[in-house]
Amino acid sequence: MSTKQGTWNKNAPLYLDYQATTPTDERVVEKMLPYFTEKFGNPHSRTHHYGWEAEGAVEEARAQIASLIGASPKEIIFTSGATESNNLALKGVAHFYKDKKNHIITCVTEHKCVLDSCRHLEQEGFEVTYLPVQENGLIDLKLLEDTITENTAIVSIMSVNNEIGVIQPIKEIGALCRANKVFFHTDAAQAVGKIPLDVEDMNIDLMSISGHKIYGPMGIGALYVRRRPRVRLVALITGGGQERGMRSGTLPTPLCVGLGEACAIAEKEMSAETERLKMLRDRFYDAINARLSEVYLNGDLEHRIPGNLNLSFAYVEGEGLMMGVNDLAVSSGSACTSASLEPSYVLRALGVEEELAHTSLRIGLGRFTTEEEVDYAVDKIASEVERLRLMSPLWEMAQEGIDIKSIEWAEH
Amino acid sequence: MAYSDKLLDHYENPRNVGTMDKDDDGVGTGLVGAPACGDVMKLQIKVSEEGIIEDAKFKTFGCGSAIASSSLVTEWVKGKTVDEAVEIKNTDIADELALPPVKIHCSVLAEDAIKAAISDYKSKKKPESEAAE
Repeated sequence: MSTKQGTWNKNAPLYLDYQATTPTDERVVEKMLPYFTEKFGNPHSRTHHYGWEAEGAVEEARAQIASLIGASPKEIIFTSGATESNNLALKGVAHFYKDKKNHIITCVTEHKCVLDSCRHLEQEGFEVTYLPVQENGLIDLKLLEDTITENTAIVSIMSVNNEIGVIQPIKEIGALCRANKVFFHTDAAQAVGKIPLDVEDMNIDLMSISGHKIYGPMGIGALYVRRRPRVRLVALITGGGQERGMRSGTLPTPLCVGLGEACAIAEKEMSAETERLKMLRDRFYDAINARLSEVYLNGDLEHRIPGNLNLSFAYVEGEGLMMGVNDLAVSSGSACTSASLEPSYVLRALGVEEELAHTSLRIGLGRFTTEEEVDYAVDKIASEVERLRLMSPLWEMAQEGIDIKSIEWAEH
Repeated sequence: MAYSDKLLDHYENPRNVGTMDKDDDGVGTGLVGAPACGDVMKLQIKVSEEGIIEDAKFKTFGCGSAIASSSLVTEWVKGKTVDEAVEIKNTDIADELALPPVKIHCSVLAEDAIKAAISDYKSKKKPESEAAE
C-alpha cells in the first residue's frame, strides 16, 4: 500500500456519502483476493480439496457475521444484499404463514425495498399497516402495540434509517413482538457494525444485513433467520437447495469472505469508531451552526448513528446547493426534476415542511473521514449557503420579516 | 448529469442579482413558483419612459438550472422593449443553456417570470394613462 486508504485525493470530490455506500476496507479486499484465483473452488463441491477449502472459508465468514449480532452461524443465510434479504424475509414469512395470518406491520420511512415488497404482498391480498413516525423519526410503541392483532404475522421495522440515521427502539419492539407471538424482522443494513445488535437480547427473528454498507463488498448480504423458536419461510430462489433451502445458488466465496471479514473488523473496532465519528459529527454540527443561522437537523439527535447528519439549510434549495459544493460527494433530500418534484418521502413523513425538505443535505461520515475533511466541508457548505441565501428571494423576505407562508404561491 | 459551460457560468457568476424598489412606478416585479415545489423566482425590470427595459434584477431559490435561467433572462431583457421581451420563449432559454429534459420546467418558470414582471409593470402604468385621457 503506497498511501493510507481513504487519504483524501484533492483531485476527486471529498466523499461524505457513507450511507449510500462505503469503500471496501483494504483489509477486507486482502482477505478476499486468494478466493478469486488460487482458492477458487465451489464451496458446495464435496469431493476434493478445492471445495473443502472454499467451504471452510464460507463457514468462517458465516461465524464472523453471526458473532457480530449474537447469532448462531447456522442462522445466517447468504443473499445478494439487503434488498434480497428484505424481500426474502417479508415475502418468505408472509407466504409460509398465509393460511394462518395475513397481516403485516411496517413503517412509512422504511427503505423502498421493504415498502415495495409490502405493496406486492398487498396485491396478493395481504393486509399491510404502514405505521407513521413521530417528528423525531421514531415510531410510537403504543401505536405499534395497538396495531398488532391476532392476524399479524410479521412486524418489519428498520434498525437505522438510511436518510436520517435515527435508531428505532429495537429492543422494545422485539419485546412487544415476542409477547404477542409475532415475528420481528429488522432491516439492519445501516445498523450492523454501527451500533451493538444482539438478536437474543433484542428478540429479533429476522435481520437483513448488507455488505457494502459496512466496508465489505457490494453484491453480498445476509439474512439472519432464527432457529429457536423456528422461523420458516418460502424461498424466493429455488434450485440446489443451498442455504438450508432458503436461498439456492452457488455461494460467491470471495464475497462471503469479504462480508465475514467486514463484520469481524466492525466487531473489533465499533466502539472506538463510534467515539471517533461522534467527535467528528459534533465538530461538523457545531461548526456549521456557528457559521449559519436557521439550520435544522432532521431526525432525532440522541437516537442516531454518529455517522449521519441530515440538515435543512432554510431558504436554499438542496440541489442548487449541491451544485455549489460539487467537490463534496453528498446527497440531497430534494429532487427538482420534472419526473419527481417531490422531496424525500422520509422527511415528509417526519412532518418536515415541503419548503424545508427541499433544502436538505445528507452528510455521511465514516471510517476514513478526517477532521481536516470535516473542516473543509463545513467551510465549503457554509460559504455556499451564504452565497445562495443572498440570491434567494425567500431569504430576503425572511430578513424583511415577511412570512413566506402568508403568500399565495402558484403551485406548479 | 453534465451541465453546459454556459449554465455553470451563470450559476457560478450570476448576472444582475439584486432587488429594486417594487413601489417604483417604472419597476415591474414578477414572483413565480412556490417554495413547496423547490423553486421560486423573483424577476424585476426597470422600464424607461420610452418603454425600454433599462435594468433587470433577479433572485432565485432553486436548483442550478433555475438560477442560471433567471440570470440569463435578466441579460436578455435588458435593452428590449416590453413588447419584445414578452416574446422570449422558454425554448430559447433551454437551448441557450442546453438544459437537460428534466430541467425544462426551469426555463418555463423563467418565461413566466418575465411575463409576470411585464404584467405588473403594465398594471401600474394603466391607471396613469387612463387618468391622462
